[in-house]
Amino acid sequence: MLLTILIDGVTYASWLFIVALGLTLVFGVLKILNIAHGSFYALGAYAAASFVGWGATLQIAPAFSLVAMLLAAVAVAAIMAPLTERGLLRVFYGRDEVLLVLVTYALFLILEDVTKLVWGANPYYVSEPYQLLGNVQVGAQSYVGYDLALVAVAVACGLAVWWGLNRTRSGKIVLAVIHSPEIAASMGVNVSRVYTFAFMLGVFLAALGGALTAPMISVQPGVSVGVIIVSFAVVIIGGLGSIEGAAIGALIVGLARALAVHTFPAVELFSIYVAMAVVLIFRPEGLFQRMQARKI
Amino acid sequence: MSAVMKSSTAAAPVLSASGLSKRFGAVVAAQDVSIDVAAGERVSLIGGNGAGKTTFVNMVTGYLKPDAGRITLGGQDVTALGPREITRRGVARSFQIPQLCAEMTVLDSVLVAASCGEGALSPWRPARTSARKDAALALLDRFALGGHARRRVSELPGGVRKLLDIAMALTGHPRLLLLDEPTSGVSADEKLPMMDTIMAALAGEPVAVLFVEHDMDVVDRYSDRVIAFWSGKVIADGSPAEALADEQVRRYVTGTAR
Amino acid sequence: MRETSVRRTVAAGVATIALLLAVGWMLPRWLQFLATMAFANGVVTLGIVLLMRGGVVSFGQGMVFAVGGYAAALGSNRLGITDALLLVPAGGLIAALVAAPFAPLLARYRGIFFAMLTLALSMVLYGVLVKSSTLGGSDGFNVARPTIAGQAISNAASGFAMYALAVVVTGVLAIACAVYFASVRGLVSLAVRENELRVEYLGGSVRRVMAGNFVAAAFLGGTGGALAALSLGHIEPEFSYWTRSGEFVFAAILAGHHGVIATFVASLLLEIVRSFSNLYFPNTWQLALGVFLLVVIRFLPRGIGSLWLDRRDRDAPAAGAQAEELQSQAPARNGTTLPGGAA
Repeated sequence: MLLTILIDGVTYASWLFIVALGLTLVFGVLKILNIAHGSFYALGAYAAASFVGWGATLQIAPAFSLVAMLLAAVAVAAIMAPLTERGLLRVFYGRDEVLLVLVTYALFLILEDVTKLVWGANPYYVSEPYQLLGNVQVGAQSYVGYDLALVAVAVACGLAVWWGLNRTRSGKIVLAVIHSPEIAASMGVNVSRVYTFAFMLGVFLAALGGALTAPMISVQPGVSVGVIIVSFAVVIIGGLGSIEGAAIGALIVGLARALAVHTFPAVELFSIYVAMAVVLIFRPEGLFQRMQARKI
Repeated sequence: MSAVMKSSTAAAPVLSASGLSKRFGAVVAAQDVSIDVAAGERVSLIGGNGAGKTTFVNMVTGYLKPDAGRITLGGQDVTALGPREITRRGVARSFQIPQLCAEMTVLDSVLVAASCGEGALSPWRPARTSARKDAALALLDRFALGGHARRRVSELPGGVRKLLDIAMALTGHPRLLLLDEPTSGVSADEKLPMMDTIMAALAGEPVAVLFVEHDMDVVDRYSDRVIAFWSGKVIADGSPAEALADEQVRRYVTGTAR
Repeated sequence: MRETSVRRTVAAGVATIALLLAVGWMLPRWLQFLATMAFANGVVTLGIVLLMRGGVVSFGQGMVFAVGGYAAALGSNRLGITDALLLVPAGGLIAALVAAPFAPLLARYRGIFFAMLTLALSMVLYGVLVKSSTLGGSDGFNVARPTIAGQAISNAASGFAMYALAVVVTGVLAIACAVYFASVRGLVSLAVRENELRVEYLGGSVRRVMAGNFVAAAFLGGTGGALAALSLGHIEPEFSYWTRSGEFVFAAILAGHHGVIATFVASLLLEIVRSFSNLYFPNTWQLALGVFLLVVIRFLPRGIGSLWLDRRDRDAPAAGAQAEELQSQAPARNGTTLPGGAA
């Protein structure tokens, strides 16, 4: 039972971490809390459904579907990121943080309908990839290989981003921009390009999260709504702008949810938001402080 | 010439700071600072950057708590109080960079200032009654700002903003007014007329005025007492003639050492 | 500037109520219902506008909306209190009481953290409501038609009766808000929005103003919730969901923060757009709303852009040569904590 909860929780935490990582990254660099992040998740899921579907139609090997999902995430990022960051957000740079949240809220509304217009209102099921990696036997219980692979991907993403930020030259430049865009600019950094890159990475991660979970859910309108609020809870608990925070936050939320679902279902949703409220009340910067809370 | 109003020596000083000390890490911002100010005095605080003038102002207005020492206002100990409580006890200040509300009109700004000093803020009494507006306009006229009453603060030129900042501080009829570099950011030929306006507006008020100044001409003309700071310590305290001739002041402040 | 007086505001308000009642009498039933919902939502939005005047945006108004709705619904279903004239104010009062313990806490938060905390609280309530089977779980439950002043309402009369109830209730609250906005505290709220440090230095208690605003907004939200629940004949946890709170914020932005009337006009417009769009453009009305919101944010400085100052206009106070405020040029400007002073 405990193992089930653990694996269940960690699996949930994995895709949640991938999504939250993108959200926290965008906040860390651009200081924008992006409500539409969940919409990019949805776009990733829909795109994956489409790509996998095309793969099946073209009778490419089933294993290709995994590549298709990755490509879907890349496609979403390549199209949506420049459009959003350059075409929309840039217009409002320099404005109040809450105002930018509202801009992203407007974007969320727009993208809700865009997905409906492109993909229709009916749900998509793209469950074949889920079977692809078979099952893993652990003791008496059998676990789906896909879930375990998802954990691996999440860990890989986290490590990659961490390593990229802390161990590469470009990463150090990004860190400089996070610390102070003005100083970075005065030292010759192309801050605008850093913003674009960070945002694109953020969108990619959201879309990847969506693409990878597409086989596990029914992809339909409204998918983004739940993801938005849960990923917000994660980054608030973990601390806005912190990678470790996103990881720990995702684990906490994932495990709390798994625990609640298996032992005390009445508490499931409630617990996540209580945690979010408690953190905001007692330690608003989150568990891993990156920014000073706006508090008097 | 500034109007000099000395209170009787028997009354408690408006402000009595004794033994104030404050450190920020390795930086000594205040070292055993003791200053008494009587009602109606016009005192200028001079000193180089980092000498401790603004730290003193911040401590007196409750923004900073001294590490050691006492501050009393009219005999009452206010050392531990914050800006709001100290304001309620008759202290007001203006700011080197005027602290205003950009989207409000000049008139509304004064109305807000007057209301804040009144105590409880009524949730139904109108803010813009004729009586209040008249009082606000009267105050603005004393600073020659009447013509700007309907303009929005964001549209005002720098000198006007400074005057408004000071006018707002006066709404509560304070007994101690601290002006933080009232003429800074104002062009040289505007400084003296501006100080004239300010001092004229203050002429009728039994308020002690401390102003932080860098311009020795202004200091000489408008204050009857000069307190010089250096390295967190008070190095001179006397009439402008005395203070400006002081050896240490000449070396560390005015830079005219022989 | 016109001399504001409480009496004049009340008179104008009463006249407007009378006018709306007269007009409403002649409207077709579906339009009466639409207007009723617009007024109910408008009151909730008014709460957000009130908070925005103090410089904070609540993303959790759904919480008090739901509390008011459930209070009225439970009062009717479980306690047998059917009079709307009791249920509606009760909804507002109970919502205010629920919000009151949180008010001093929230009075210390600004910007994103205020938004997130209000959001979190509303989602906690949502979580509780969804899982509570006694309250109907995620489906909620139905509410019987209320009586008004002891009189039962017939089917035929219900359209106008609920409309009239909504008009009177929101009219009274709108008058109260108009008086508040023009009051001393209302004006100081606007100052707090722009420079709370200065307000403190002038002797005004910022925390008291913010806490008071929060409770007032809760009362408004709860009243709107009670009205909505009684008019719909139904209550459900979705009242507290974040997307519902988002709708109220949306309406508040359209309205701008200067006018009470603008709030109801915006609410009515939104209600009309929502109804028609659901019928004819189900897949594009959110898109239209989103675009419209962007246009408003971008191009209507008086109503919207002035809600948030570009913080680069604000210089560090009390510092001068001292505390160097590194004005960050990140895309979003966050309010920095109060600067300390170093000599």
